[in-house]
Amino acid sequence: MADLQSQDYIRRSATTLTPPSVRNHEAEVAKLIDVTRCIGCKACQAACMEWNDLRTEMQSFEGSYDNPKDLDPSTWTLMRFTEHETADGNLEWLIRKDGCMHCEDPGCLKACPAPGAIVQYANGIVDFISENCIGCGYCVKGCPFNIPRISKVDHKSYKCTLCSDRVGVGLEPACVKACPTGAIMFGSKADMADWAGERIVDLKSRGYENAGLYDPPGVSGTHVMYVLHHADKPSLYAGLPDDPKISAAVEFWKGLIKPVALAGVALAAVSGFLHWVVAGPNEVQPEDEVEAQHLLAAERSKRDTENRYIADEPA
Amino acid sequence: MTRPRGTLIRNTTVTRLNHWLTAACFVLLMLSGLAMFHPLLFWLSALFGGGQWMRAIHPWIGLVLVVSYAGMIVQFWRDNLWTRDDVAWALAINKVLANEEEGVPEVARFNAGQKMVFWSMALLIPVLLFTGILVWDYYFEAFSSVETQRFALLIHSLAAIAAIIIWITHVYAAIWVRGSMRAMTQGYVTPGWAWRHHRKWFRSLAATGSTGPRPGNAADKTHK
Repeated sequence: MADLQSQDYIRRSATTLTPPSVRNHEAEVAKLIDVTRCIGCKACQAACMEWNDLRTEMQSFEGSYDNPKDLDPSTWTLMRFTEHETADGNLEWLIRKDGCMHCEDPGCLKACPAPGAIVQYANGIVDFISENCIGCGYCVKGCPFNIPRISKVDHKSYKCTLCSDRVGVGLEPACVKACPTGAIMFGSKADMADWAGERIVDLKSRGYENAGLYDPPGVSGTHVMYVLHHADKPSLYAGLPDDPKISAAVEFWKGLIKPVALAGVALAAVSGFLHWVVAGPNEVQPEDEVEAQHLLAAERSKRDTENRYIADEPA
Repeated sequence: MTRPRGTLIRNTTVTRLNHWLTAACFVLLMLSGLAMFHPLLFWLSALFGGGQWMRAIHPWIGLVLVVSYAGMIVQFWRDNLWTRDDVAWALAINKVLANEEEGVPEVARFNAGQKMVFWSMALLIPVLLFTGILVWDYYFEAFSSVETQRFALLIHSLAAIAAIIIWITHVYAAIWVRGSMRAMTQGYVTPGWAWRHHRKWFRSLAATGSTGPRPGNAADKTHK
């Protein structure tokens, strides 16, 4: 994939130059996950495993429908089940398909130190290019959604690719194809936003006053969006961040201090060189050696006198 | 090591080995750290056999550095204790920089600049160790939150940059003050060097007839 779409990058990790970007007449894509229509069947999870040839380790049941318990290097999407009790005492089963949000401003890519290990295509998909990944885990720190997972076996970082290999040849992502209720849609981002708008009008007419689209501006929007019944409180949905942003620590670390630190190091080295040119080496002079010998001789004779005095003492 | 007659021991063999182990670790950590810090320097990862190897080896080298620097602290802390003379020396830094050491307070085994290098590293290395362990994901990922690790990385970078700038100062001073490099490679200095740069140390050696590195060393009686 990396080779097929290498003229299609709009962002490339740890790269100070403009990536190849002539193929710029490409529509941004988005996956729309309508949480209000999800029945929790996990067909999307199965389809993801099947298309991407992923099988995670068998785990044990611990009282939750979440299976496996968390995202891992072999689990790129995961249904997260939340039992929510509404103000009037009803139970709502909030089922959110978790996975990479494909941020327009990807924190993982910003944090990544390995050139070309994380790229963003012109259609908005954020992809990990494993051959360049060094396994440092900086992407984990950069991500506001807690998505990437590093394999303990091959030390590479993994997450949903939005089926970039399928999308690249005009297919929809595997999870979209498998969804039996149409809760997962895929298309241009504009179309998905329009469709979400219709759904939200419908939901509001049926009593979900706070229904809305989750396309968080803190990361300049995402290429995976949710329709939520409670868009005023995204955190109800298994901790979906209310206002996701790249951490200020990461922004500072990857922003201002990079050039300032290198300049500081360079300045220290240049200062040393200039001092050498202006003041020059500090060399021991012949007088120093003479003075030193005088002192040594004086101290030696002083000690000799004392020793003689001690020797003269009767035992 | 054969030492020319009449010279003084500045650093023992143990000290020198300890110093160069620390130095080797520091340089390797700096190169690998800078490669992961700035994309313009990522090519340095090739020195370690590629990014994966570099990422894997960096923390282990760090552990060796910590142990090695602990050895430096054991050997050097006493001679690096801060005194009132150090303030006067630091205030006369302009004269020192101009190579005019006459009239500057006499210096014992280490001057204020050397002491600052010593104590800065003694502070920064534990900071680098602690923050580094927090982001050593293979073993310690589960021990802290991701938000803690974000700040750990930021502090780790800032401390490392400070350490690198101090290291540059340290290396340049060794080049600038002639004879210092030999003091750490072959271990000895001439009496004139000691008179010029560390007169108080020299006086204490002369008064006890010691050939260094510390006054009153009984083992040196044979050299008299």
